[in-house]
Amino acid sequence: MNRFNKFLIALLLTLSLAAATALVAQPGTTPRVVEINAKKFEFTPNVVTLKKDEPVTIHFTSTDRAHGLFIKALKIDLDADAGKPAEVTITPHEAGSFGAICDHYCGAGHGNMKMMFVVE
Amino acid sequence: MTQPFDRRSFMRLSAVSLGAGALLRFMPFGTTASGLPLGNLLGSRNGEAPGPFSIVQLSDTHVGFQGPPDPLGTKAFERAVDAINALNPQPDLILFTGDLTHDSEDPAEHAKRFAAFKAISGRLRVKKRMHVPGEHDAALDGGTLFREHFGETHYSFDHRGVHFVALDNVSSGKPIVGAGQIAWLKKDLARYPKTAPIVVFTHRPLFDLKPEWEWFTSDGDEVMNVLAPYDAVTVLYGHIHRLNHTSVGKSQHYAARSLIFAFPEPAAASMAEKKPLPFDKTQPFRNLGIREIKGDGARHALSISDVELTSRELSGTEGVQQILRQGEFL
Repeated sequence: MNRFNKFLIALLLTLSLAAATALVAQPGTTPRVVEINAKKFEFTPNVVTLKKDEPVTIHFTSTDRAHGLFIKALKIDLDADAGKPAEVTITPHEAGSFGAICDHYCGAGHGNMKMMFVVE
Repeated sequence: MTQPFDRRSFMRLSAVSLGAGALLRFMPFGTTASGLPLGNLLGSRNGEAPGPFSIVQLSDTHVGFQGPPDPLGTKAFERAVDAINALNPQPDLILFTGDLTHDSEDPAEHAKRFAAFKAISGRLRVKKRMHVPGEHDAALDGGTLFREHFGETHYSFDHRGVHFVALDNVSSGKPIVGAGQIAWLKKDLARYPKTAPIVVFTHRPLFDLKPEWEWFTSDGDEVMNVLAPYDAVTVLYGHIHRLNHTSVGKSQHYAARSLIFAFPEPAAASMAEKKPLPFDKTQPFRNLGIREIKGDGARHALSISDVELTSRELSGTEGVQQILRQGEFL
């Protein structure tokens, strides 16, 4: 292998590595994490805004007892208890407003425990 | 189909085979793979030969619930008991489709509410009473109190040639039946030919009626897939505190009115509007009621009559003042 070929191989390797690094480092490829906390009988925050076609990880925690976070349209169905968080990564493909409910019965105010996901 | 409820018309309904209700036609019993008539098979397997029957469904009595929108507490439940006791002949059995009690964070208080429910239901002349839990009965304690009073939360039995299946979609806390119960259901149904008439009774709808109001069962599709091969499946449920009839494939799903307060029509309201309909003191039992289901045995058909507790004849008045001591709640 002559010196020119060695140079070409080194150049190609360097470019490939750079390209791979650029891909990994591209913003948006690592899902954004959205934290949602539940306690009787509310979600915090109670409105979350997501971007259409952008992956996002929903990290769901509870500070008191078992609660659910459910939106069929966004394929979110999580259960969290105190000290037992849950998470799911989704990619919403449809813009709009989606109501979420607690679907783990938690007591007298359960029926009004809800929040909103807005996909833009 | 509904009609105003009064003692006379209910008596008439009970005396006339198909009354004024919707007619559900069961498939003819026909024959089994072994050539035996299905009726014979059901009779030999469970001792229940096909025959006429009458049952009543009560739902969502919420004993222990107090305050708005309904200041009447157990009055509608008690009226329903009186009306059923007046039937001649008496129904064969009563199905309670959940939320018998209203939950309490205090287990002792909730136990008192179960006892109060049993005190009222115990006045029914019909002694064969079957129950499934609602989330207000069983979600906070996993069904412990319910089991103490009524036994298992899912089970099956046969009556007059119809296979009845009680399903629990509340006691895990979530709107779910669960893999264990679905496996049990498959095994339970495997004993029956596909033409066997089946009545499922449960609390929540087994289909997506309005998920954003928690009017659904998350694995309801799996349950209905198990039931799909059967020709004559009727599902009776409660939870939504209003009448609803929905066909899912070949199966028919009927929600019953409650005996405490009504929710609005789901198709006409936004999520923010899920709240009980306001109490109308001029018609205190409006939108509350009971359901009678009849099987004629010979024609293998069910008739369903929903009757509303609204009439002057039943309540003595259209207004609340004569039901309660004036000023008691108002």
